[in-house]
Amino acid sequence: MQFDIGIWIAALLTLGIISFLYKDNVIYKVSEAIFVGVSAGFWFISLFWDNIYRKFWVGVFPDPTSGKEPQYILFGGVLLGVLMLSRLFGNKAGWISRWPLAFIVGATAGLKMITFLASNAVAQINATVGNFVAAVAAPTFAGLVTASTVTIGTFCGLVYFFFSKEHKGWFGGLAQVGTWVLMITFGASFGYTVMSRMSLLLGRIDFLLSDWLHLIK
Amino acid sequence: MKREIPLIITFVAGCVFVIQYFIPHWPFNEFEQVFTDWFSIVQAFAIWLGALSLLKFSMLKIQRRQKDWYMSVIIIVGFAVMVAYGAYDGFVGMNANPAYSFRDPGTHFDWLYQNIYTPLTSTMFALLAFFVASASYRAFRARNFQATLLLIAGILVMIGRVPVGDLITQFLPESYRAANLADWIMNPLNATGQRAIMIGIALGTVSTSLRIILGIERSHLEG
Amino acid sequence: MKKIVPVIVLALLFAIALFNDSALELSPTWSWVVTILLGLAMVVVLILSMTGKMIERRIVFLFVGISLVLPFFMNFTMPLNVSPVVQTLYDALNKLPKGSKVLASFDYDPPSAPELQPMADAFVKWAFRNDIKVIIVGLWPQGPLQANLSVEAAMADPEIAAKNPKYGVDYVNLGFQTGNEFVIQGMGTSFRAKFPTDLYNTPYDSIPLMRGVENFSNIDFVMNLSSGYPGTVEWVQIAVDRFGVPVGAGNTAVQAPQVYPYVESGQLTGLLGGMSGAAEFEKATGEAGQANTFLLSQSFAHLVVVGFILIGNVALFIGQNRRRAPLV
Repeated sequence: MQFDIGIWIAALLTLGIISFLYKDNVIYKVSEAIFVGVSAGFWFISLFWDNIYRKFWVGVFPDPTSGKEPQYILFGGVLLGVLMLSRLFGNKAGWISRWPLAFIVGATAGLKMITFLASNAVAQINATVGNFVAAVAAPTFAGLVTASTVTIGTFCGLVYFFFSKEHKGWFGGLAQVGTWVLMITFGASFGYTVMSRMSLLLGRIDFLLSDWLHLIK
Repeated sequence: MKREIPLIITFVAGCVFVIQYFIPHWPFNEFEQVFTDWFSIVQAFAIWLGALSLLKFSMLKIQRRQKDWYMSVIIIVGFAVMVAYGAYDGFVGMNANPAYSFRDPGTHFDWLYQNIYTPLTSTMFALLAFFVASASYRAFRARNFQATLLLIAGILVMIGRVPVGDLITQFLPESYRAANLADWIMNPLNATGQRAIMIGIALGTVSTSLRIILGIERSHLEG
Repeated sequence: MKKIVPVIVLALLFAIALFNDSALELSPTWSWVVTILLGLAMVVVLILSMTGKMIERRIVFLFVGISLVLPFFMNFTMPLNVSPVVQTLYDALNKLPKGSKVLASFDYDPPSAPELQPMADAFVKWAFRNDIKVIIVGLWPQGPLQANLSVEAAMADPEIAAKNPKYGVDYVNLGFQTGNEFVIQGMGTSFRAKFPTDLYNTPYDSIPLMRGVENFSNIDFVMNLSSGYPGTVEWVQIAVDRFGVPVGAGNTAVQAPQVYPYVESGQLTGLLGGMSGAAEFEKATGEAGQANTFLLSQSFAHLVVVGFILIGNVALFIGQNRRRAPLV
């Protein structure tokens, strides 16, 4: 007889969640509640050790043998963090949580603005136009077809998202082509999403069949 | 001052990260390092806020004996067990010789992570596989030209990305077999559409970020 | 009756779990029989749908479950072609001379392991076999631990074990660092500042492999395995576009379509997308692995989903034609 308590618990919880496919039931609700509690606990303690302890505590009280200076400025981060918790006490005290929120939003906006502009806008436009110019300069049938598809498709897709002009006439025609390109994109994303979800399910089935039931090696 | 101070904080934080991208030298690299560390610490408190809010609402539910209040008991117990073992393993590991991390294989926390958290998370996501199949059967209809394009692209990618696709289409010339068609749909067709979306999002991000940093956009400060 | 069936099924499963010791495998003949039966069942669904009787969703769930489970016991092999994006990544890795330093960023956790772990295993085995030095980091907490599983799997290979790759000399695990894309940004200036010790608290300067590695300029290639944020997008935006280091990526299938623009523009040097990408990479590197085993189930599942989509549309068209047909 083989009995590994960890594998059995994992298997029973897996079956508990899967039981939802038949209908909503108590076993599923219990499994879901365990999931919610354990997830919250996992992130709570992980962030304590990884962010609060490793960043703040080790930074302010470094190992004497490491030769590092204490970074008292990290108290600023903890102060902002504590202010964030004021939201727990309702709207009267919660207004102070706007300060750490402002910091997070500002920092994210500052970083994302430049990286998105450089990598997701300029580099992409550069590639769209550059590849087309390169294909025209050294033309092959396949190269020209591909480069034209990319250039025209990208342009039409962008035209579709331009809502400051009505989509009528020639402009509407371009937007229509853009819609077709986007539909193909969403179809491809759908296909890959199905593949991904099936892969995740395969992982669980593999666990049940090999680790729990020992039906496959 | 309730509105002005957050706007100043947003402006300063945003400017530091913009400037350090172009001038990664002193003092901007020092500011960036400090703000990065502050960001990590505040991020932790933000997640703590979510977890503590969950605890607060669960306790209120138990106190008021609302519907399914016993589920809230399970939530709190699950949370407490995970935090307790994580804290215990962390403190013990810190003082052990050699020191080990709370999430290293062999710790109680790792056992809970491998046998409770991971199976539950994985299965929750895996359930979507069933629902995507059911939804496809019931709702995925080629009612117009656009929907037909979406359907054909999806089917070709699903068939072409697995070996059975080439098996089914082996009678066709190589360029028209499922795998090659799927490759062509992914790159360049999908890449084209994704690029249009990417550029659009990037331009939107730039304009929104600029508005936030300059204090024109203040919706994040409401409530 | 409705309550007894689940109890019986559970009791059967518990008995198998407790007492079963032998693997189950269907012969090729039985594999074909089961495949044909599944096909016939889909035909029955088609007929029912054509007559206007849409089947219940729980039957659809059953079909999906059967199509995923049964291939585990079957004995089919199917030929697999390596797609251009996977070949690009493999060719770039193959061009690296012996002794090159590759930074491998493991940015995923166990729920994404079915798709990404086979890629990781194939990459680490290939690296050890070809004398490529591997520096492991993680932007997700569990990433470095997943990397250790790949190293263990590689060391179980007799040929690689005979080479005896040494920790600290041939590979090192610098562990996880919190900070998301700020970590990548910091690594552009100094690896030491972001990873002062490795996963086992060894100081950076005491690790032979890390001597002379200050930042990205001392790295020959970055291999990123990612299932979300932070991940491939951040590596491209910062490591590639700001610091100019070549990056190749393995992504979950949900994320893969979104990074194709980076592949098309050349910002990303190759891409492994999902389970099929992992299987193709296993084939390209010659490392037999789990992805190829799973691909049969994946094939059946995709056929079932496509079958249901087509059945639903056939039912729609037949229903529309019936409504349009003149009354006689």
